[in-house]
Amino acid sequence: MKKIFSRPKSLKRTPFHYCPGCGHSILHRIIGEVIDEMNLQERIIGVPPAGCAVLAYFYFDIDMGEASHGRGAALATGMKRALPDRVIFTYQGDGDIAAIGTAETIHAASRGENITTIFVNNGVYGMTGGQMAPTTILGQTTTTSPGGRNERRDGFPINLSEMLAVAKGSAYIERTAVNSPAHILKTKKAIAKAFRVQLEGYGFSLIEVLSPCPTNWKMGSVESCKWIDEVMTAHFPLGVLKDITGDKKDAH
Amino acid sequence: MASALLSAQKLPLRCIVPKVLMRGNHVVGEAAVRAGCRFYFGYPITPQNEVPEYMSERLSKVEGGVFIQAESEVASIHMVIGASMAGGRAMTSSSGPGISLKQEGISFLSALELPAVIVNMSRGGPGLGNIAPSQSDYFQATRGGGHGDYRNIVLAPNSCQELADLTYEAFNLADKYRTPVIILGDGMLGQMMEPVELPPEVQIKKLPHKDWTLTGAKGRPSRFLRSLILDPFEEEEHNWKLMRKYERITKEEVRWETSFADDSKLMVVAFGIAARIAKGAIKRLRDEGMKIGIIRPISLWPFPYKAIKELTKKVKHFFVFEMNMGQMLEDVKLALEGNGEVHFYGRPGGIILTPLEVSRVISSYYYQKRLG
Amino acid sequence: MLIKTVFSGFGGQGVIMMGYLLATAGMYEEKNVTCLPSYGAEVRGGTANCTVVISTEEIASPVASEPEFAVLMNNPSLFRFQNQVQSGGTIFLNSSMIESRPIRGDLEIYEVPVNDLAKKLSGNKGSNIIMLGAFIKKTGVVSFETMTHALKEIFGAKNPSIFKSNKAALQLGYDYLD
Repeated sequence: MKKIFSRPKSLKRTPFHYCPGCGHSILHRIIGEVIDEMNLQERIIGVPPAGCAVLAYFYFDIDMGEASHGRGAALATGMKRALPDRVIFTYQGDGDIAAIGTAETIHAASRGENITTIFVNNGVYGMTGGQMAPTTILGQTTTTSPGGRNERRDGFPINLSEMLAVAKGSAYIERTAVNSPAHILKTKKAIAKAFRVQLEGYGFSLIEVLSPCPTNWKMGSVESCKWIDEVMTAHFPLGVLKDITGDKKDAH
Repeated sequence: MASALLSAQKLPLRCIVPKVLMRGNHVVGEAAVRAGCRFYFGYPITPQNEVPEYMSERLSKVEGGVFIQAESEVASIHMVIGASMAGGRAMTSSSGPGISLKQEGISFLSALELPAVIVNMSRGGPGLGNIAPSQSDYFQATRGGGHGDYRNIVLAPNSCQELADLTYEAFNLADKYRTPVIILGDGMLGQMMEPVELPPEVQIKKLPHKDWTLTGAKGRPSRFLRSLILDPFEEEEHNWKLMRKYERITKEEVRWETSFADDSKLMVVAFGIAARIAKGAIKRLRDEGMKIGIIRPISLWPFPYKAIKELTKKVKHFFVFEMNMGQMLEDVKLALEGNGEVHFYGRPGGIILTPLEVSRVISSYYYQKRLG
Repeated sequence: MLIKTVFSGFGGQGVIMMGYLLATAGMYEEKNVTCLPSYGAEVRGGTANCTVVISTEEIASPVASEPEFAVLMNNPSLFRFQNQVQSGGTIFLNSSMIESRPIRGDLEIYEVPVNDLAKKLSGNKGSNIIMLGAFIKKTGVVSFETMTHALKEIFGAKNPSIFKSNKAALQLGYDYLD
């Protein structure tokens, strides 16, 4: 019998705990596929965040070292400087990277740290119960912006990837989504490219992934995926924000 | 000046022991590098700036040496975590306000059971306080400092030589017990220069193998290091495991020094620079015939409870002298278990007393209690 | 024997180097030494000072309260330290820059016009080393030979010509006072 679909070998045999319709499961899988396809399982180290993906080390069959909330980029910096020939990536949510970890992230990018960051943007603090995130868009209802995010009270959402693209040390920044098969394939390509950028020593790479959170958005799965296309991408447009590699073949 | 200091190692023949006159903060850096530290992450704050300055130059000349001036104290301690996870000997240094910021990472280091050395050249506080030498971070250092149920090994040197020896030893202790070790100095120790005999340089390759590091899952199952343990029973077991380690440290790593203990009617208890000043005071008083001795805890955690308790067999009066408002005093009281009488004298805020001033306070207590 | 000396002057007058050299020379003579430079905000734009303790016994405190000797290179230093010196102590003052004189009668005062003397040297440099020469001549805390050796160890390794000019400065100061 011919096998046409199986679990990537860099994922463990553990079922994901993520909610139905959550983007993390898809993202974990495609990262696993990329690690397998690039043959990185023995030389990659992941840094999971505080947030919904904190238990990522139960799912990835690779070395992983947990960071405290927001400090992934700093921890990965220390790790990469100690092990320059390994591939180091952080996996961080929007609260982790764009609120409490802003300083660490911007400075790691500015230093041109040769690490990769997977930035999962779902516009809410998922693990703590759906509070307003730095990427919650104006008018979006969360448990701490019950009348919708109001710029007078809550300020504006942060477009972190655009900020990082300005940093001189960043090499490759792209925003993708995991709300449709086409977007998922693009995300997978982007992650593969980010790892390649690191392997070739270009510097800081980051893939921001717009990801559905039906539970905290209080929407159905299909509706959530639509909402990303119709509302979220208006504030966080998809595409390559920076690429210093001059590499045309991956442009999409 | 760093290179000038190093070049001064060639000494005239009449010097039996090759010593070099070095500033405390430089001593920390040099001893660390000789202990195999290849990763230093820091942030400027007075009075420890010479540590990052020294390390930036020194580590650039060592194979595999990494120096980063981080964007914050918080970032620097997490860089230490990353390098430590990867198996390197890593260090950061700061002073009071910066050490407060590092507490998040220190709690994580303890939970993740990662070795690291953290140097605190403490200054007057709370808040920004000042940059004068102070011992007001005793509680913070010895009680864990961050959130959660943990302790750090805390070593308190009182001279540049001891600073070299204890910094060197700190890396071994950190690796041996997989725990952060804090060097608690003060502004004066960091700034002053004294002749130092530097420890020999270790060969990194000969250091004991670590079987827990994250280096990529090559030829072995994948590993992870985490501090989140959601199941309370599992977390409890993790805490007990840490506790058993702390009990081992308490048995094996207590350090202290006593002087003039044999015939003393009054024992002074002091640590670090304060102990040195107190010892100077005691020498004056002994010249005048007063029977006064001193016990100096060198490891503040584990604290020499037993050694102090032991003294109560012969001595009934204890005089605690600190450059704070009475922090180690609490440990001395715990050690005495109600035996003997404790008197405290301290000056907070970065005041440095002279041996003469301290001798006046001690002698007035001595006569008040009719000990001589 | 326990001798405390404070060196004080503007930042840039080389007072920390004076202290460092004296402590190094003391170390070569197998004494216990400490050297504590002023630091941080204290020295920003103001005076720098450095205290050196040399002793045959353990040194309790590197802080020189009531020093035996004060080496003062500018006016603010004189105001700051003249009343701290022990009764019977000695002040070395840079008479090229200090106009006033201590009002205390219980001190010995040596005036050394180091900036004027430095004009005799090439590059008009080394006023601190001139003062150090005068200082060791009158105090005998360390010998001229040991101090020369300290200069050689500290400057000679990098640049022999710097050692030579500093040695000349040391000699100039040493010979200036009888």
